[in-house]
Amino acid sequence: MSILVNKNTRVITQGITGSQGLFHTKQAIEYGTQMVGGVTPGKGGSTVEGIPVFNTVIEAVRETGANASVIYVPPAFAADAIMEAVDAELDLVICITEGIPVLDMVKVKRFMEGRHTRLIGPNCPGVITPGECKIGIMPGYIHTPGKVGVVSRSGTLTYEAVYQLTVRDIGQSTAVGIGGDPVNGTNFIDVLKMFEADPDTEAVIMIGEIGGTAEEQAAEFVRDHMTKPVVGFIAGATAPPGRRMGHAGAIISGGSGTAESKIKTMESCGIRVAPTPSEMGSTLYSVLEEKGLLERCKIKR
Amino acid sequence: MNIHEYQAKAVLAKYGVAVPQGSVAFTVEEAVEAAKALGGKAVVKAQIHAGGRGKAGGVKLAKSLDEVKAHASELLGKVLVTHQTGPTGKVVKRLLIEQLTDIKKEYYIGVVLDRASGRVVMMASAEGGMEIEEVAAKTPEKIFRETVDPATGLNPYQARNLAFSIGIPNELVNKAVKFMTALYHAFVDKDCSIAEINPLVETGDGQIMALDAKLNFDDNALYRHPEIQELRDLDEEDPKETEASKFGLSYIALDGNIGCMVNGAGLAMATMDTIKYYGGEPANFLDVGGGASEEKVTEAFKIILSDSKVKGILVNIFGGIMKCDIIANGVVAAARQIGLDKPLVVRLEGTNVELGKKILNESGLNIVAADSLADAAQKMVALV
Repeated sequence: MSILVNKNTRVITQGITGSQGLFHTKQAIEYGTQMVGGVTPGKGGSTVEGIPVFNTVIEAVRETGANASVIYVPPAFAADAIMEAVDAELDLVICITEGIPVLDMVKVKRFMEGRHTRLIGPNCPGVITPGECKIGIMPGYIHTPGKVGVVSRSGTLTYEAVYQLTVRDIGQSTAVGIGGDPVNGTNFIDVLKMFEADPDTEAVIMIGEIGGTAEEQAAEFVRDHMTKPVVGFIAGATAPPGRRMGHAGAIISGGSGTAESKIKTMESCGIRVAPTPSEMGSTLYSVLEEKGLLERCKIKR
Repeated sequence: MNIHEYQAKAVLAKYGVAVPQGSVAFTVEEAVEAAKALGGKAVVKAQIHAGGRGKAGGVKLAKSLDEVKAHASELLGKVLVTHQTGPTGKVVKRLLIEQLTDIKKEYYIGVVLDRASGRVVMMASAEGGMEIEEVAAKTPEKIFRETVDPATGLNPYQARNLAFSIGIPNELVNKAVKFMTALYHAFVDKDCSIAEINPLVETGDGQIMALDAKLNFDDNALYRHPEIQELRDLDEEDPKETEASKFGLSYIALDGNIGCMVNGAGLAMATMDTIKYYGGEPANFLDVGGGASEEKVTEAFKIILSDSKVKGILVNIFGGIMKCDIIANGVVAAARQIGLDKPLVVRLEGTNVELGKKILNESGLNIVAADSLADAAQKMVALV
């Protein structure tokens, strides 16, 4: 088992004829993801990599039975692409696009209220259930099927964590990048809830960064509602206040959103926090050992 | 992106936000001319991208043209050090010459994005002139908030709620509502990330106006606001950061001596943290992004090395889609082109890592290879 995506997920790519969309669609097909179609307005009727291209999402869904979409369209058009996918009633929309104006996302969130679609991102690496379904830009080969869930605001730090697990023979149930923007579709708590309910996830790594208070809220959720162990890491302890550190959401403003306050809250809520990013894997490993979960989480080779 | 107070007031005035009369001056002569137009008396306000100007001596009252001249001469070219500029301060190159305002009472109005609700929030307080962070920390009950539904915009009743809560006199509430509505429109229309009016003032003749104004803009939305891009003042930015932005590199200068080049914002921050953890000090944040081409790597090296404090460079790349051999080739080519003479520690991980390490080893360059981020940071700290 896993969360969000599995071998039965049927995926379309929005922006399939752009260079990013095309490249990552090929990669996903190679990984074994069921890529069933693509959308580029004006290019309907053609095929790309053997899969049909449609003019609209609603048409793509009707013709292919897709239940998920991944978005690679440029930032100026991405909010519209998300809303089109939501209107077509897809279960899951994953938006990879970085650089969407934040007020566009404010509108998107309002638009999504009362509808059932789950949005992951924007500005995220995507979601992967190893061995079953890869949607996004993460390198597939570093992942191994297994029982540890990964949730993160940062792309490359997710790879770092996954890689550290894989080299220790600890597989992953699902790895979810929720993205680095201040307004996004899915937050830590949403994903933690899913991991808690997933019978095949035994423990979780949660990777946060400076800015906002999502990690603090997630930590309180872990304390109050999670039975599975959670290990954490927060990037940005050395970031100066008031500066946007690459990600639109990674900014300490008005003294809030510091790594220090996040780490303090997480530790007080029972989350073991890795002191450096090199120790995410080893910290989880020792927690699994202490909780007697190591044998269940080790891959049998 | 930040702009100056005088620019913010001009932007806001177009939406009907009441601001005092005034104009910008780049020279003493311009300052005197501007003051003449205001009847000879004026406030002379230093224009830099930082708060706390008043306390630092950057805002002066002039009751005559001679005083305007004296204050302008003193302020232009002066280095202002406020709690927001850092110890090096900022040189004053522009002044706002503004009409004197008969202040009866000061308030605070701010518009920000609330990340938790994913909506725009307008905040108001009767504690005008104070740092809002300080008010929030000490007396949070004195800050009132209204969350705005993007489908309706700020409703008049919400503006009234705020106006009455902060004690705006009944007869001026309609003016305050008009002010807040205009401010909200400006915020949304121009894709602001912060709009702060501190203080908002009630004047002796019954006006509600913005005595100060601060606007920050969402960088992601600047493409649709060319008129705002024109307001960018490169004098207020680190030239290294300006240069980096031309190449799509995300660079922020810091105070240490270890230059960093990393792919991914999260990993870049984590690299800085690890350097610090092992006793070093990072000289910068630098994210080369997902598509780290040879050209980008070369430019990144040049920018890092243009900081004279840098004593060594740490490269940390987790090659995902980007293959390690391509990055290694980029690093080697860049190091050769620049004639790099400072220690270089490279940590490569991911796709084609063995090939990448081989390229580095056989380059004949003095490159120290590291196996993990922790290893890289320790080696780098030992070398500088």
